[in-house]
Amino acid sequence: MKLRLLPRITGWQAISTTLILAGTLAAIARFTYGLGATTNLTDEFPWGLWIGFDFLGIGLAASGFTIVAAVNIFHAKEYEPIVRPAILTAFIGYLLVVLVLIIDLGRPDHFWHPLVMWNPHSVMCEISWCLMLYTSVLSLEFAPIILEKVKITWPIKWIHAISLPLMIVGVLLSTLHQSSFGSLYLIVPNRLHALWYTPLLPVLFFISCIASGIAMILLESLILSRGGRELLSTHLRANLAKIIAITLAVYFVVRVEDLLARGALHELTTLTYYSVAFYTELLVGFVVPFALLLSDRIRTSRLGLYSATLMVLAGFAFNRMNTAITGLEVYPTQTYFPSLIEIFIMLGITALGFTVFSYVVKYLPIFEAVEEAGPQVQQEAATGRPEPIYLTRDDGGMESS
Amino acid sequence: MLIDLTLCMGCNACQAACKEENHLSPNEEKNLSLTAYTALNKYSDVYVRRLCQHCDVPTCVSVCPVGALVKQGDGPVAYDADKCIGCRYCLQACPYHVPKYEWSSTKPRIQKCRFCAPRLAKGQLPACAEACPVGATLFGDRDELLLEAARRLGAEPTKYVPRIYGKDDVGGTSMFYLSSVPFEQLGFDSRLGRVPLPMLTMSALSKVPNVLSVGGVVLGGIWWITNRRTEVAAFEAAEKKGETPRPEEKP
Repeated sequence: MKLRLLPRITGWQAISTTLILAGTLAAIARFTYGLGATTNLTDEFPWGLWIGFDFLGIGLAASGFTIVAAVNIFHAKEYEPIVRPAILTAFIGYLLVVLVLIIDLGRPDHFWHPLVMWNPHSVMCEISWCLMLYTSVLSLEFAPIILEKVKITWPIKWIHAISLPLMIVGVLLSTLHQSSFGSLYLIVPNRLHALWYTPLLPVLFFISCIASGIAMILLESLILSRGGRELLSTHLRANLAKIIAITLAVYFVVRVEDLLARGALHELTTLTYYSVAFYTELLVGFVVPFALLLSDRIRTSRLGLYSATLMVLAGFAFNRMNTAITGLEVYPTQTYFPSLIEIFIMLGITALGFTVFSYVVKYLPIFEAVEEAGPQVQQEAATGRPEPIYLTRDDGGMESS
Repeated sequence: MLIDLTLCMGCNACQAACKEENHLSPNEEKNLSLTAYTALNKYSDVYVRRLCQHCDVPTCVSVCPVGALVKQGDGPVAYDADKCIGCRYCLQACPYHVPKYEWSSTKPRIQKCRFCAPRLAKGQLPACAEACPVGATLFGDRDELLLEAARRLGAEPTKYVPRIYGKDDVGGTSMFYLSSVPFEQLGFDSRLGRVPLPMLTMSALSKVPNVLSVGGVVLGGIWWITNRRTEVAAFEAAEKKGETPRPEEKP
């Protein structure tokens, strides 16, 4: 009875609140005592879990540019229902990554320096600019959703007028910095293990982010489509799954071809810490989901898609963490395991992301977009889908995410 | 500077002088640290002096997003803590693992050898070169020191390994080493080539303008084509129904 009086607190809400609180405390500790006392970072291992998390967040937010490009530049209008969720995911993802970067910086009070102090030779400089510009693009792409809610329509027209160049710029910026995260490691050929170091790092980072971005939005559409209402039809989901499978195949070929060309394949003939990490990443994230997604039955089954997309995301996480941590443990022989404070900050920020997402979904028109789109779009969007899609507010709808 | 490892006796006078010059705690240290901008690493009977190599094309300078590290014309790679944002890319990228970070501070900076830039400006020798009692560290003009190193190699070819380390490693550095033991056995990374590491990044970064221009045109083109296709399809559908007249026939 007593629980009834409180606003419905689900188990997930309790967990995420706890994580956010723990993360906040950890962040306070980090700012009070400095990086040395609160992290396991050292001179030999100056980048750790948080950089890996940034790669992950940005990669999962890649749906923001792939879906926008597919729908608004390639005119695949049938995917319109997932544009807003994709933009929202990307927007939250980028804001969180910026937050983590600021926590990670030794001098957070100097975070604005890249704005006025440029070094065109630095990948980090390019990334900071792309992050700032693309987050601005995302906020403009997201603004109409808020403006619709508060019924201020005049800026929407204005944003709509520049929407095409805006989207193109957004896609280009994404292409640049998604690949540049790989370029960060081009300069450490002596430190990064041969299984991960390659001149093709930017290319590989870009290809894999397409797969992970689409897998993320596909997973979201599965989670958000519960309760008998479908955000995307089975047919469209299967199509997205096909695109993921193709991307995974391309990635696999480029990756193995590159190992072959650099003569690094022999690293895989023995079972070492590194080769096991490599096999895990490639099997879990690329080979197995590719094999799964080849089957039509899996592409059209919810359970099949759940498992395939989760594997893609797990493999993607492995890949980024391996590049950022495992591969760097080889030289100078140094192991790194994040401290509790590093872990709590990361978990807290993840929980914050999911919480913000579930609240935004509740109060802003994220899934009602199709309703307001033109009749032509509606008609197109409806083809291949038995029922229109409006999602009801499902209490704790985000709980399984 | 030319550092002849065959002459060094390991007296540590260089470190002591360095610490005095930079007002660092005077205890003897075996490795580079926040309070040791130079240190002697012992390999059986050879002492290798570590310090910032002040590369000609410095990796740290190229990676710093805000230009807090600068290569000065007369050699030193200088650091400006007021610009530094603390991203630690220099620590990650330095091929010699030189920069050290003030991890325990809440306003951390990096610390490394400054090549005694203030002394050089006054026409003095770097403190370590001045302190060396046996002339194992010589300071001078880069080209002249290279000639001197080549002369020593030529005069005693059996004593030295035939290599001036730093002449063109990672694009050349301000520190040269001569040794009687192969450098690979003295903790010098044999995987570093002669190409300056920043070139590896530039191969990717130089494509940025192309991605922007070509990508912009291609995406614009795709939009135009797919948009046209939708328009044509809509128009044809409408025409079939005979509902809409051709647009140009509109009054």
